[in-house]
Amino acid sequence: MPLIETSDGPLWKRRTSLKQWLIWGAWLIGIVIAVYAWKLISDKTIWFFVADAPRQMVDIVTRMVPPSWSYMDNLWRPVWDTLNIATIGTVIALILAVPIAFLAARNTTPHKSVRAVALFIIVATRSVNSLIWALLLVVIVGPGVLAGTIAIGFRSIGGCSKLLYEAIEEINHTQVEAIEATGASRAQQMLYGIVPQVLPTFAGVGVFRWDINVRGSTILGIVGAGGIGVQLNASINVLAWTQVSMILLVILGTVFVSEYVSAKVRHAII
Amino acid sequence: MSNSTSEYADTWKKPAFIKNPALRWSIYIGSIVYFVLALGTMEINWTRVAEGIPRGMTLLSKFFPPNIEDSRGVIVDGILESVWMAVISTIGGILLSVPIGLGAARNLSHKWVYLFCRSIIGVSRTFPEIILAIFAVKFFGFGPFAGFVALSIGTIGFFAKLLAEDIENMSKSQAEAVKVTGSSWLQWINYAIQPQVMPRMIGLSLYRLDINFRESAVVGIVGAGGIGAHLLTSVQRYEYDTTATILISIIVIVIALEYTSGYLRKWVQ
Repeated sequence: MPLIETSDGPLWKRRTSLKQWLIWGAWLIGIVIAVYAWKLISDKTIWFFVADAPRQMVDIVTRMVPPSWSYMDNLWRPVWDTLNIATIGTVIALILAVPIAFLAARNTTPHKSVRAVALFIIVATRSVNSLIWALLLVVIVGPGVLAGTIAIGFRSIGGCSKLLYEAIEEINHTQVEAIEATGASRAQQMLYGIVPQVLPTFAGVGVFRWDINVRGSTILGIVGAGGIGVQLNASINVLAWTQVSMILLVILGTVFVSEYVSAKVRHAII
Repeated sequence: MSNSTSEYADTWKKPAFIKNPALRWSIYIGSIVYFVLALGTMEINWTRVAEGIPRGMTLLSKFFPPNIEDSRGVIVDGILESVWMAVISTIGGILLSVPIGLGAARNLSHKWVYLFCRSIIGVSRTFPEIILAIFAVKFFGFGPFAGFVALSIGTIGFFAKLLAEDIENMSKSQAEAVKVTGSSWLQWINYAIQPQVMPRMIGLSLYRLDINFRESAVVGIVGAGGIGAHLLTSVQRYEYDTTATILISIIVIVIALEYTSGYLRKWVQ
């Protein structure tokens, strides 16, 4: 923290002037980027509609209350489907993620080139949104729960593998060496030396991912891949706003329950 | 590890992951019952699946090699719109998150303000960005402005929550030291709290930019601007080479953003 001697005595400043200028420069670049981005977006906006938004908002919200409670009878099945998409999708993801994680971890990979391929699979599956996976899978396997399940499964491979291979890289090696010293084969070393060490992480990752996937599977129905999103989309298209608010309440409840369950289970494991 | 014989242990059994046998077996049986029920109620049309496989192969073949030619000149435009939408909604979301995050920090604000801000965060975290985008389109009309609003609100649930948690975990002595100098509330925030949370917040905002781009690539599916609309159209028109081009560009940008933001985050911290 520099002191500047002035005629009135020492003046305290937080930063040196070079650092201050750099920080101002960074702010300037940030503001230029923000203004440019804003201009692009605002050029493509019809401001008449935006000005009309408050009226629309009041209008739609008043049409949404009270929620149509009786519509709940039609929602049990979609909620069940949504939970199945999330659960079975997570199971598929974990089954596929385990071998990929062992191939991607530095200490268990057979070869460097295999590791690169495994890392590429992890990044590629993670970077494609589950809605895009669902869009493509609806074309391939047809609309319905199956497409959603596979979409959630594929999307989650990367996230699960990434956390798993990091856990495998951080294991305690003395345990593996102890098992190696008994004359165990490589498979036995993995089974008795590595697996018990990463099993709690594995269970934790599964539950964590399941929670994310419940949230993700509520929207897949928008492209026809099953779950409660199908009802949401249909109700919005026919402007049945009381049904929409009921569906939103159900989604809110499902997500809260899944978050609660996942927090409890993770607390019990770790 | 359990000794099986009373005289001398000559066999060894791997200890089970769940130690309580009653709990273990009820979890095993419960999961089997669940999977039978879940798979039993899943309606799968196998003839449709069989019909779709060749279509999937056609789609896959378009990726190798990709046809990078932009047939209608819309891909570059859409991708850029998604990128700028991600940038501006990250900025907008952070601007909204700062006051809400301050309000949601238990050690800074009044109980009612705290509860109010926490409930905003809770709602924004619950609903996926796509649902927010559907409503933004209804309110603000089609186009990237709706996407901007949806992603900004989505950012609050992430950024304000982490900001509030960071403020709650900060070192109290520094905050007290500034307070006893007789600083005003704003000065207190600016000199005691902001320097403590800033490095982590810069890292998180770059991470959020990453997430926002992934989302801005799909909000177009519900009409909120960006490349998503072209992606949906191309799939519906069976123009699989356009689909492949869009997907490859999204993957490339996401990977590039992930590495840049990871690198920048290391450099900041």
